Amino acid sequence: MSLLHWAILAPFIMAVFVPFLRKKAATIHTGWFVLILPVVLFGIFLQYLPVTMNNSSIIQTASWIPSLGINFTAYVDGLSLLFVLLITGIGALVVLYSIYYLSKTKESLHHFYVYLLMFMGAMLGVVLSDNVVTLYMFWEFTSISSFLLIAYWYNRDRSRYGAMKSMLITVFGGLMMLGGFLVLSIMGDTFSIRELAAQAPELNNHPLFLLAMILVLLGAFTKSAQFPFYIWLPDAMEAPTPVSAYLHSATMVKAGIYLVARFSPIFAFSGYWFWIVGAVGLFTMLWASFNAVKQTDLKGILAFSTVSQLGLIMSLLGVGAASLHFESLDDNIFTTAVIAAVFHLINHATFKGSLFMVVGIIDHETGTRDIRRLGGLMSLMPVTFTLSIIGAFSMAGLPPFNGFLSKEMFFLSMIQLMELNLFNVETWAVLFPVMAWIGSVFTFIYSMIIVFKVFTGKFQPEKLEKKPHEAPVGLLVSPSILAVLVAVFGLFPNLLSYSLIQPAAAAIVPSIIPPGEHLDVHISFWHGFSPELWMTIGVITVGILLYKFMPKWTGIYDYFPGKVTLNQFYNSGLYAAERGSNAITNAYMTGFIRSYLVYIFAFFIAALGFAIWAKDAFRYDASAAAPIGLYEVSLIFVLLAATITILLAKSRLTSIIALGAVGYTVSLFFVIFRAPDLALTQLVIETVSTALFLLCFYHLPKLSRHEEKRRFQAGNAIIAAGVGIIVTLIGISAHSSKLFASINEYYIENTYKKAGGENMVNVILVDFRGFDTLFEIAVLSVAALGIYGLIKLRLEKGGETNENE
Amino acid sequence: MEILMCIVAGLLFAAAVYLMLSKSLLRIIIGTGLLSHGTHLMLLTMGGLKTGAAPVLGEHAAAYTDPIPQALILTAIVISFGVTAVFLVIAYRAYQELGTDNMEQLRGMETDD
Repeated sequence: MSLLHWAILAPFIMAVFVPFLRKKAATIHTGWFVLILPVVLFGIFLQYLPVTMNNSSIIQTASWIPSLGINFTAYVDGLSLLFVLLITGIGALVVLYSIYYLSKTKESLHHFYVYLLMFMGAMLGVVLSDNVVTLYMFWEFTSISSFLLIAYWYNRDRSRYGAMKSMLITVFGGLMMLGGFLVLSIMGDTFSIRELAAQAPELNNHPLFLLAMILVLLGAFTKSAQFPFYIWLPDAMEAPTPVSAYLHSATMVKAGIYLVARFSPIFAFSGYWFWIVGAVGLFTMLWASFNAVKQTDLKGILAFSTVSQLGLIMSLLGVGAASLHFESLDDNIFTTAVIAAVFHLINHATFKGSLFMVVGIIDHETGTRDIRRLGGLMSLMPVTFTLSIIGAFSMAGLPPFNGFLSKEMFFLSMIQLMELNLFNVETWAVLFPVMAWIGSVFTFIYSMIIVFKVFTGKFQPEKLEKKPHEAPVGLLVSPSILAVLVAVFGLFPNLLSYSLIQPAAAAIVPSIIPPGEHLDVHISFWHGFSPELWMTIGVITVGILLYKFMPKWTGIYDYFPGKVTLNQFYNSGLYAAERGSNAITNAYMTGFIRSYLVYIFAFFIAALGFAIWAKDAFRYDASAAAPIGLYEVSLIFVLLAATITILLAKSRLTSIIALGAVGYTVSLFFVIFRAPDLALTQLVIETVSTALFLLCFYHLPKLSRHEEKRRFQAGNAIIAAGVGIIVTLIGISAHSSKLFASINEYYIENTYKKAGGENMVNVILVDFRGFDTLFEIAVLSVAALGIYGLIKLRLEKGGETNENE
Repeated sequence: MEILMCIVAGLLFAAAVYLMLSKSLLRIIIGTGLLSHGTHLMLLTMGGLKTGAAPVLGEHAAAYTDPIPQALILTAIVISFGVTAVFLVIAYRAYQELGTDNMEQLRGMETDD
């Protein structure tokens, strides 16, 4: 366990103490204590920056289950460090924001911060794990903590619905991903991602390669809300806004991006990867931005916008995979896409984080997030307005903010695709920039909606629940910091170029970078009237026109049932699954003991019968058998006659006596087979139990056959015969195949020597296996107590039990 | 002999299963009793029959029968007696409280909570 491991576990440890803090220091907002942790972690991890800037990495291993090759291996490289800094940095800002957002007195803060810390730790675990099993474990932890946080206001129906939905979809993806990991580990014979990446070329030709890739991608796409799994994200907006800002925009949904980036060295050489990741990402980007425009809830717009931006980053990672097919680093134009992906990841976290916080402020101060009820807040909330302009303009891709730079690089990467002659791209290449451009137009429109529908237009105080005013300073600090970052990264992008972007991008495409060299990251504002600049100008022009004439064309949304269909598919699927499993359960859980016995015996017959048949296990060898005597044969006839009498008996008395006859015959067998102790015991027990039967004789009803139908009897007979045959077969086979000598020699030799007894059976029972006998006595006493209790127990009228009569 | 005893045990099992699948509580209990008889015979057979004298050193025999199955069976006989006793009392109490021994009527369905 090194410092790294403790850093991952620290949030979990802290979470344990949060409830006590809440109790002991109730006058101070619990958030202040929690805030310390992400700030400290951020500081600790900043120290790793010089290491990763050289494209080197740090590995610390702690044994967990070494016998299975599962170790808690923490691995820091450029990619994981970028995510760690996002998690702790945004985490600190979100905690600070939540201190002012969540009331100290009204909310159950200890729940909130426990879940939030759990999430933070899980997220650190995901991005720092090198072992796929620990990665999976932390991955599911994020799903669980996300579930708890979405359902934070658990008395609301929508919250519970959203939480359930996000959990079902992401856990489904997680399970698929686990399957992918297992397939990968079978292929590469290791659980370590680094070791898997090292054998990427061999894995590429493995027959299971495509299966592993698709399973892992399912995990990534569900988590990162890609089409068609995105439907959980809009419903997850029921969570408190700090949670939405943190989990559902800046960090958790990016876990899918992280996964794709982390596994790029393993999968990305394949054409399937390029196509699946690129196309799904791009389509998600277009589809979600198109749908964002019709939302009326501000958080709804942001949710779809997040889906769309995640699609954008995803598509860049897919397109960036093309760079692996070029030998030389200098003219490798497709590294631009990878760099743009990393850059946009950072940018999105900053501008979307601040926008979520701004929306939270609007909600907090006006009581609504519905854009139809909002308007004209500019003069009332000037600071919030400024922040929203910075965030939204960056999202729309306007200069001088950081969104402009990464959006330009995005366009550039898509245009460059037209020059690619790989994977049959030529025929489709033109679609990539077109889709990217249309998606960006809608991005522009919804960005404008967020700003101008809320802050300009007619002020409608009569529709608001509260009298709106500017937010307290505490709420404004976090979004302001993010907004400043948006502007700073926009104006001085090269602050990031070689500190964060280059190391992260290099970790995504390590194979094309010769040792000691770097990717060339050059981000600049002005590079002439290039095609991408014209595309941006086009976006702005068309966007403004469409925004102005919105009422004229929004009718087209009526032709798209889109989201409704996917959601309905989910809802009806869930409903059908619930009803189906209920129906199946009710069909076989009849409450009738016979049914259950039939299942047990049928399974017994099927499983053992199949095993005997499939393994060819039946043996017949009568050479060692004892001779058959006349006396035994006649006893067998008596036994069978008594058994048949029981089966056919019409009266209770007959069957009880016949059972006694079977018992006494068995004790005679014991005599013949040289087992005097057994014979004696059997005689005593049989007498007592026959007496017991006769005692109950008076109390039990007539032995009615309850008019059993012929079919019922025939079914019983078949199962009974089956069990009998299987038992006989097993008995004969076991007798005929002696695999090793019996251990009875030991007892025969040592009975007198060690235990000083002559009767071996007795010595075994009371000495060698004394504990067995002790427990046997315990069983009998439990039975006696049970019988006593049963006889004394009386049910009262209301069904309540009363043991004192 | 062993082969024959295996078949006998199988027949006892078959009869026991047939009884346990019926609807009457008493027949089910008798079935469990038969089942334990079948099991005991089977266990004894597995150790080999009549391979020597009774496992008592006083016999001074050259060979003894296997004592281990006998020890097992001795335990099993006593335990199965305990089980039968509990079953009988449950049947008796169930009949007293519910007025039937028909398993079909003793389903615990909608009414239980």
